[in-house]
Amino acid sequence: MRDRSTLTLLVAQVLVISLMLSLFGRLFYLQIADGPRYQEAALDIQSRDIVAPALRGLIVDNEGNALATNKAGLMVTADRSVLDKFEDKGVSVLTRVAEVLKLEYQDIYTRTRLCGELAIGERNGCWNGNRYQPIPITKDASEKQVFTILERSDLFPGIDAKPVSIRSYPSLAGQRATHVLGYLGPITEKNLNNEEGKRYYRNELIGKAGIEFLYDEQLRGIPGIKTVIVDRKEIVRQESLNRAPVPGNHLVLSLNAKLQAAVEVELKDAVFRARANGYRGDSGAAIVMDVKTGEVLAMASYPDYDLNIWENGITVNQARDLYSEKSGVPALSRAIQGEFAPASTFKVVSLSAAVDAGYSLKNTYECPAEVQIGDRTFKNFDSNAAGRISMTTAMAISCDSIWYQIAYDEWVRDGGLRPKPSLNDYFFNSAKGYGLGKKTGVDLPSELSGRLPNRQWKLDWYDRNKDFYCNYSEKAKKSQLTPYLIEIARENCLDGDKVRAGDMVNFSIGQGDTLMTPLQLAVAYSALANGGKLMVPKVAKAIVEPSGRVVKEFKPEISGRLPIKKSTLKFLQNSLRAVVTGGTATGAFSGVGVEVSGKTGTGQVFGRNLDGSSKDDTSWFASFAPSKKPEYAVVMMVSQGGFGASTSGVGVRKIYEHIFGTNGRVAIFTNGNPKKLPRIDSIKAELLP
Amino acid sequence: MKISLKAQSKRGFFTGADQILNAAVFLLLLIGIVLVYAATRDWFAANDLDPEYYLKRQIVNVIIGIALAYGTTLIDYRLLRAYTPFVWGFGVLGLVAVLIPGLGSTVNGARSWISFPGGLQFQPAELAKISIIVGMALILSERMAGEDRPSDKQVLQALGVTALPLILIVAQPDLGTVLIITAAVITMIALSGASLYWVVGLLIAGVVGVYLAIASGEVSEYQLNRLKSFVDPSADPQASGYQLRQARITIGSGGLLGKGLFNGPQTNGRFVPEQQTDFIFTVAGEELGFIGSSFILLLYFIVLMRAFAIARATTDLFGKMVSIGVVAWFSFQIFENIGMTMGLMPMTGVPLLFLSYGGSAMFANMIAIGLLQNVYQRTR
Repeated sequence: MRDRSTLTLLVAQVLVISLMLSLFGRLFYLQIADGPRYQEAALDIQSRDIVAPALRGLIVDNEGNALATNKAGLMVTADRSVLDKFEDKGVSVLTRVAEVLKLEYQDIYTRTRLCGELAIGERNGCWNGNRYQPIPITKDASEKQVFTILERSDLFPGIDAKPVSIRSYPSLAGQRATHVLGYLGPITEKNLNNEEGKRYYRNELIGKAGIEFLYDEQLRGIPGIKTVIVDRKEIVRQESLNRAPVPGNHLVLSLNAKLQAAVEVELKDAVFRARANGYRGDSGAAIVMDVKTGEVLAMASYPDYDLNIWENGITVNQARDLYSEKSGVPALSRAIQGEFAPASTFKVVSLSAAVDAGYSLKNTYECPAEVQIGDRTFKNFDSNAAGRISMTTAMAISCDSIWYQIAYDEWVRDGGLRPKPSLNDYFFNSAKGYGLGKKTGVDLPSELSGRLPNRQWKLDWYDRNKDFYCNYSEKAKKSQLTPYLIEIARENCLDGDKVRAGDMVNFSIGQGDTLMTPLQLAVAYSALANGGKLMVPKVAKAIVEPSGRVVKEFKPEISGRLPIKKSTLKFLQNSLRAVVTGGTATGAFSGVGVEVSGKTGTGQVFGRNLDGSSKDDTSWFASFAPSKKPEYAVVMMVSQGGFGASTSGVGVRKIYEHIFGTNGRVAIFTNGNPKKLPRIDSIKAELLP
Repeated sequence: MKISLKAQSKRGFFTGADQILNAAVFLLLLIGIVLVYAATRDWFAANDLDPEYYLKRQIVNVIIGIALAYGTTLIDYRLLRAYTPFVWGFGVLGLVAVLIPGLGSTVNGARSWISFPGGLQFQPAELAKISIIVGMALILSERMAGEDRPSDKQVLQALGVTALPLILIVAQPDLGTVLIITAAVITMIALSGASLYWVVGLLIAGVVGVYLAIASGEVSEYQLNRLKSFVDPSADPQASGYQLRQARITIGSGGLLGKGLFNGPQTNGRFVPEQQTDFIFTVAGEELGFIGSSFILLLYFIVLMRAFAIARATTDLFGKMVSIGVVAWFSFQIFENIGMTMGLMPMTGVPLLFLSYGGSAMFANMIAIGLLQNVYQRTR
C-alpha cells in the first residue's frame, strides 16, 4: 500500500509541477517573447490623440479681399453614443434642443443621423462622418442658447457646446463664387482609412468641393496633437505629447471679388432675360479669363447658393434642393461640368479645318438656304440663302450651309462610309487642336472634358449601345416606339459604328454629339486672342504663409497651341470682330464702348424637360476684348436661353462694361487686372461680420 | 526536500512549524497587500476616495487570516476528526443561507455572498472547501485493520459528503468553485488508494455533469459567455472577452522588469475590471514584470512542494488525506486563476490564493495553511 500511495503522490506532484511550469512558460511567452506586441497594444488602449484643428488659411481674391475666412461660432453637438442609450433613442432630448435652438426637429434629427442609417431618398442633410465624433447640430448658436443647454445638462444629456472656428464666406462685394470656392465637411471613413495617403484626424473638417477641396492640404494646416494617457473612464491621467497646431496657408486666387459679383449679376440677369423672352432659361455659366496668363478672373454658374449653409447647419430642404432638378441642381458647376453643344461658336474650328483642307480664305462660297445630303435636308439656321459670300461674312452672319458642304465634301474625300486607311479628318483634328474632348486642367475638381465625337468615339458608343438599338422593339420603352425612332434605331444598328455624313455635317456647326464646357470655349477663345496659346486656366494665383512669405506662385502654363497658321489666326480675329461690327452680335454690342470680338452660338438641344416640353436652344457668346490688344476672354452660356446674341451676347457686353467702366459704369480694373500679389490682412479678415 | 521525522516537540506556529512554508506564505501575503494597494490607490485617489481603503481592509484580513491559521494549529487535527461533522454542517448551513432571499446577495451573476450589516460580506463557499476536504479525509481515512484501500462504501460516503455542498454551490451558481472542489475531490479519491474505476468513473461523471449543467441551463448565460469568450475572444468583446484581452495585454505589457510598482498605466487606468480581486495577478504582471511575477510563481511552487512534503511525511492517514486535499485545491485554484489572467483557462470567478483582496477566501486559505502546519507538527 505504501508503495502505491507514494507512487500516486509522486504522480500528482509531477502533475502539479507541470501545471506550474506551464504557467511559467505562458508568463515567459506573454512578457518576454511577445512582450513588445502587448506593450504596443497597451499603449493603444491607454493613449488618446486630442486633435486641435489648425486655423484654416484664408482664401482671398487678387486684391486681397477675403473670399473665405474663419469666424468664431458656438457649436452645439450631439453625442450619439449617449443619445442611443435612451429608450426613445434621444428623441425627447433632441426635441428640447430644437426648441432651444429654434430649429426644426426634423432637421436636427437628420443632421444627427449617419447617412447610412437613413433610407436612400432621405439622406439630404445627413451626417457624413461617423458615430464616434460629436455631431454638430449648429455652429451658429447664441450665447444664451448655449447657456441654457449647458446649465441644464440634466435635460440635455449627450448635448455639448463649445466655441469653434467656423468657415465663413463673407460675400464682401456681393459675390458668392459658390462653385469655385467649395465648402468644408466632416472627415469620412474613407479619409480616415488613409486611402488617399493623407493623414486625417477624426474631428477635422476637410474641403469637400472647389478650391477648398483641391487646396485642402495647404489650407488646412497641421492640426495640433496632444497625446494623453487615459483611464477606463477616459479621464486624462498623463500627457505624453503636445504639438501645437500649425495654421494653414492662405490662398490668393486670380478671381476678383468685384468682377465675380458683376459676372454673377449679369449671368443671372441673362437667365431672367431669356425667361422674359419666353425661354425656359434653366441655368447658365459665365467666365472671364485673362487671355495672356489663363488666370480665371471670374467664374459663375447659375443657379448657385450661399456656401454658409454648410457651416451653419444645412436643413433637409436646403440639402435636397442642392441636387434637385426642380431647383436647377445648384450644386453643379456649369462652367466646368456643363457640357453643351457649342453650336456656331465652334465655327472657328471649322474654318481652321477648311484652311487645312485647302479652302482659300480669299474665295467666296455659296451660302444656300439648305443643303441636301443623302436623303436628309440640312437647313441654314434662319433658312435664308445669303448668296456667294466671303468667309468673313460667313462667320459674321453665321452661315451654316457653307460648312455643311465643306464638311460633307471632306467626309466623302475621306471615303465616306468606307473610310480610307489614311484619313485627313481635318475637322476632327482641328477640334482636337482647339482642346475639344480634353480637360482644360483648371485647378478645380470634377471638371468634365466635353466630347469629341470622332471615329473612335463612334466605335465606343456603338459597343455600348448596339445591343439596345439592334433589339430596339424589345428593349425600348413603349413611348419610344414611334416610326421615326424605330427608323433611327435601325440606322444606328446598321452603321452606328461609323461617322456618317449627317454626323460630320452636324459636327461642322458644333451640333450633333459635339459637347463643350464653357471653360473649354473660354480657353479656345483666349488662344485666338493671345496668338494661339492654349492656356491652362488658373484659379489659384499663389500660396502664402500666414507670415506673408510666398510659398508658391502659380505661373502661367501652356497646354498646347492652336493648329493654325498666323494668317489664319489673323483672319479669324478679324472675322470675330466682324461678328460684332457687322454680324449677328452687332445689335447686342452697339455702343459698348470697347472693341469686342466674338461669336454667337445658338445650340439646338434634343431631349425633353421634366414636364415633357422640348428643350429650348442653348445661348452662347464667346469673345475677347479689346480686339486690337486683347486682355480678357469672356464666355457666357445660358442653357435653354434662346438666341446667342440677345441672351448671352447682351450679358457678355455688360460684363465688358463693368471691366472697362464704359457706359457710366465704374471700371473694375482701371489699370488691367492686378499682376502683383496682394497683401493679406488676416486680422481684418477674421473680424469680418 | 526530506522532512525531518525526529519526534520532538514542534509546538507553536512560529517555532515548530515548517518555516519554509511559513516564509513563502508570509511573503505572498505581503506581496498581496502591496498589490491590492497598487490596484486601488490611484483610482480611488482620482475619484476622491480614500486611496488606502482596500489596503487597510486587506491588512485586517491578513491579520485575521494569520490568527485563524495559528488557531488551527493549536487544536490537534486528530481531535478535529471529532468536530468534523460540525465543520461540515456549518459549511452546509452557510451555503443554504446564501440561497435565502434577503440574506444572500448576487455578485457577477452568482448568489454567493451573505451580507452582514455594515457592508461586511461573507462567501460561505470558501469555507465549504475546508468542510469538504476535512469531511472527505475523515471518511476516506477510516480503515478496517489490514485494509489498504477505502471500500466502495466509503468512497460513496465520501462522495455523499461532497455532493450536498457541491449541489448548493452549483445552485448559486459558482462554477469556478465547483470546478476546483470537483478537481480536489477526484484527486483525493485517486490518492486515497480507491479503485481506479472510481477515478475514471468520476472523471466521466464530471464531464457529463458539466455537459448537463450547460444543457439544462443551470449554467447561466453569463457563465456561458465567459466560456465562449475563452474559446473565441471576439464572441463577447464587450464583457468577458474584453476582460480577458485586457488582462493579457496588461500582463504582456509588463515586459521583463515591469513598469514599476504603482506605475502601471493599465493598472492605474483600471482597464482590467476586478483587478484587486480575481485579476490581481495582472497588477503583478504589469508593475513587477517577468521577474516579479516569476518570483510569485516560485513562492506558490514552494508552498505546493512543502504541502506535498508534508503529505508524504505523515504516517497518519487522515493527516495525509487533508494535506492532499489542500494541495489539490491550491494547485487547481492557482492554475485556474493565473491561467485565466494569461488566457490559458476560461474565465471563472476564483480569487488568487493569498494575493487577492477579500476576507472569506483569505480565511479559508489561511485555515488550510494552519491544517498543513498542524499535520507537519504532529508528524512522527
